[in-house]
Amino acid sequence: MDSKMQESTLLQMRHIEKRFPGVLALHNVDFTLRKGEIHALMGENGAGKSTLIKILTGVYQMDGGVISIEGENVSIRSPQDAQNKGISTVYQEITLCPNLTVAENMFIGRESGAWIKRKDYEQRADEILKSLGIPARSTQQLGSCSLAVQQMVAIARAVDMKCKVLILDEPTSSLDDKEVNMLFDLMRDLKKQGVGIIFVTHFLEQVYEVSDRITVLRNGELVGEYLTEDLPQVELVAKMIGKELDELSALGEGEEEKESVKEVFYEAEGLSSSDAMPFDFCIHKGEVNGFTGLLGSGRSESVRAIFGADKVNGGAVKIKGEPVKITRPIDAMKHGIGYLAEDRKRDGIIAELSVRENIILALQVMNGFFKPISRSESEAFADEYIKVLNIKTASRETPVGSLSGGNQQKVILARWLLTHPDYLILDEPTRGIDVGTKLEIQKLVLKLAEEGVSVTFISSEVEEMLRTCSRLIVMRDRHIVGELKGRDLNQSQVMKTIAGGEA
Amino acid sequence: MKKEKTKFFSTGLGQLTIPLVAIFLLVIFNLIRDPSFFGIVLGHNNDGNIVLSGNLISIINGASELAVLAMGMTLVTAACGGQDISVGAAAAIAGSVFVKVLKSGGSIGGGKVLIAFIAACVVAMLFGTFNGTLVAVFRIQPMIATLILYTCGRSIAYWINGGATPTVSSPIITAIGGFIPGIPVPTPIIIVVIVAILFKLVFHFTSLELFTQSVGINGSAARLNGINSTFIKLLSFIILGVCVAVSGSIGVSRLGLINHETLLLDIEMDTILAVAIGGNNLGGGKFRISGSIIGAYVIQMLTVTLYAMKVSSTDVKAYKAIVIILLVVIGSPVIKSRFEKLMSRFKNGRSEISAKGAGES
Repeated sequence: MDSKMQESTLLQMRHIEKRFPGVLALHNVDFTLRKGEIHALMGENGAGKSTLIKILTGVYQMDGGVISIEGENVSIRSPQDAQNKGISTVYQEITLCPNLTVAENMFIGRESGAWIKRKDYEQRADEILKSLGIPARSTQQLGSCSLAVQQMVAIARAVDMKCKVLILDEPTSSLDDKEVNMLFDLMRDLKKQGVGIIFVTHFLEQVYEVSDRITVLRNGELVGEYLTEDLPQVELVAKMIGKELDELSALGEGEEEKESVKEVFYEAEGLSSSDAMPFDFCIHKGEVNGFTGLLGSGRSESVRAIFGADKVNGGAVKIKGEPVKITRPIDAMKHGIGYLAEDRKRDGIIAELSVRENIILALQVMNGFFKPISRSESEAFADEYIKVLNIKTASRETPVGSLSGGNQQKVILARWLLTHPDYLILDEPTRGIDVGTKLEIQKLVLKLAEEGVSVTFISSEVEEMLRTCSRLIVMRDRHIVGELKGRDLNQSQVMKTIAGGEA
Repeated sequence: MKKEKTKFFSTGLGQLTIPLVAIFLLVIFNLIRDPSFFGIVLGHNNDGNIVLSGNLISIINGASELAVLAMGMTLVTAACGGQDISVGAAAAIAGSVFVKVLKSGGSIGGGKVLIAFIAACVVAMLFGTFNGTLVAVFRIQPMIATLILYTCGRSIAYWINGGATPTVSSPIITAIGGFIPGIPVPTPIIIVVIVAILFKLVFHFTSLELFTQSVGINGSAARLNGINSTFIKLLSFIILGVCVAVSGSIGVSRLGLINHETLLLDIEMDTILAVAIGGNNLGGGKFRISGSIIGAYVIQMLTVTLYAMKVSSTDVKAYKAIVIILLVVIGSPVIKSRFEKLMSRFKNGRSEISAKGAGES
């Protein structure tokens, strides 16, 4: 039995360590992949999935641990090295050349490629495509195929390179249901041929549809390896987020039931954007509510639609009962809505500008191009908010990029507070910042609500949301699947709703 | 403590350090070579006006077109993260329009010069809008977008005056290109000062500076803060258009004729260099107009110095290249950070020594 286990083990990673400056990205992580297995690698943002994949594909070098392929210890020095050892990766974005033919894409950049006649490799490509049941011709331009077929061609390329381990990194995120099924059929085919597949995704349903085993990582550590059939969806969610179910039910009853009798501030019906499915939503004056769900569930996309950050496609929006049109951020700002973006570096700070300039930016935009805030006035604003929010900065003229993450976040908060919004959307305001600042921000949110400001609060940490929100909107696979308030507002209920109800 | 130190040095090595040091070195070099190099003489010119003359005046005067273009280019660079390489060709078009209107029959009076200048401005702003639309709306890289006008601009200038190189002789034009009677400072210098003041006023009375920097540093964040980045980019090209018209008109007035083939030839590269020497990031973002102006004077002083050293005009470009490579490398972030490290080590070493000394005494 034991020897049989050994035989079927394809890839083994043991005690993997990876350190980045100031962070331990992976600590003592084990991962085992067997022949003919589809193995899902799960974890929330920052759990270490992509670091592990990058070590396996030679992008990063590990700081400790052992990797063995078919029982033999190996070291993987570069992506090319990984490929030679039979490890192939197909990424979320297609990394092939759309202006070349399918056959050229399958053979480009391989050692013997230059010496093979076109006819020969086109014939070979057709054979592979046929054997894998991929609906494409070898002479067709890759760009003329659907995204799913392009992805499958990438897989075919990998398979033909005698890959033993195939890594699929979020392969389904840009595919529709039918295309996903095509891809799954191909995956099952490869599995029969003995290929080991590592499947990285955040779509829970897909994990249960196709995978045999699940390995869960959290905060750079291994949570465990499970047979898919033995791990109910709700337990998987609990393991990813880090709460045992019993512990969850023990918590819970803290919140008082607060019925909002106040007027509705913002109301949307069938609101949709280029990235968000149509949804209904409303928020009362002085209410704090939250969107929750796993990464990729559509929570950020939804609030971005409210602010007009993505292209708004449809829906009716009312503010204080009056119908309004919000298609651009500036429209939302003029109606008293502020939005603190999820990605602070990309969408928030203007790194090289000073703390002062960053604080006055949104107010300046609302005031207009021809009414600049005077230097002395802007200095007064900056000083006021540096004091109120306790921003730690050398001076108000320090470039905001040189501040710590938490203080950068406070600068952006100050920027929106200065506009005196009626409704503030905070998307992950506490991500990647220290505990003390987290608490300060939570307190600030509650204080704003008392002053009559409506707040939508999004956080990956469910506890934090339970502490601040009086109503939680739960999303899964880009749809709202539940709304929790009052007595239902506890962690186990949230987990159950995220996972799909059945526990 | 350590943080304060790096802060001190980063302000010590501000954006203007490199261009100012370059000017300083050029001045020292020239003074050693020829102590009377920067002598300024108050004399009479052919028209009988009292005028200032001397190498320093001719350097500052000669750099006028470059300085005006560099100011506009700084704005385009900051907003779009790229450069407009068509400014020389566009200046030829603006100059041709300027002359075309001046030659449109009748005597040349003050009103007519004004109308001619406004016409040149409008045309240059239209071409700026064309470039700006390609960049801001169609998201074409600035250098590619402006390559179109760079290629065909001088042909368009050729058509405007039917292939001729007409001359304009009028005391007003001579005054614009040379001296206004009673004022000993060359007029182009005064125009540069006026343009610089106009920029300062625009920055004071609008949010152009803040918005341009925001768009250039982080376009995505700027958009989410409600800034219309398309408008800001387009505006930067239109403002550059005005600068093009100004420098084209100065160029025409200096010579009293329009030669569409040679007017401000190859000035686009000098303009981009002036922006770079001024310590502005060619990738966009934070900028200082004053840096670019000083950059323009550095380039002009370098050229004049080389000519004064009897370097032949064909060789000047090669020597210029050497000095410019030095300046750009010294100003590069790699060298800057090495220098800062070295300085802080030097400083630490010294403070240790002084601390020791204090302990011993």
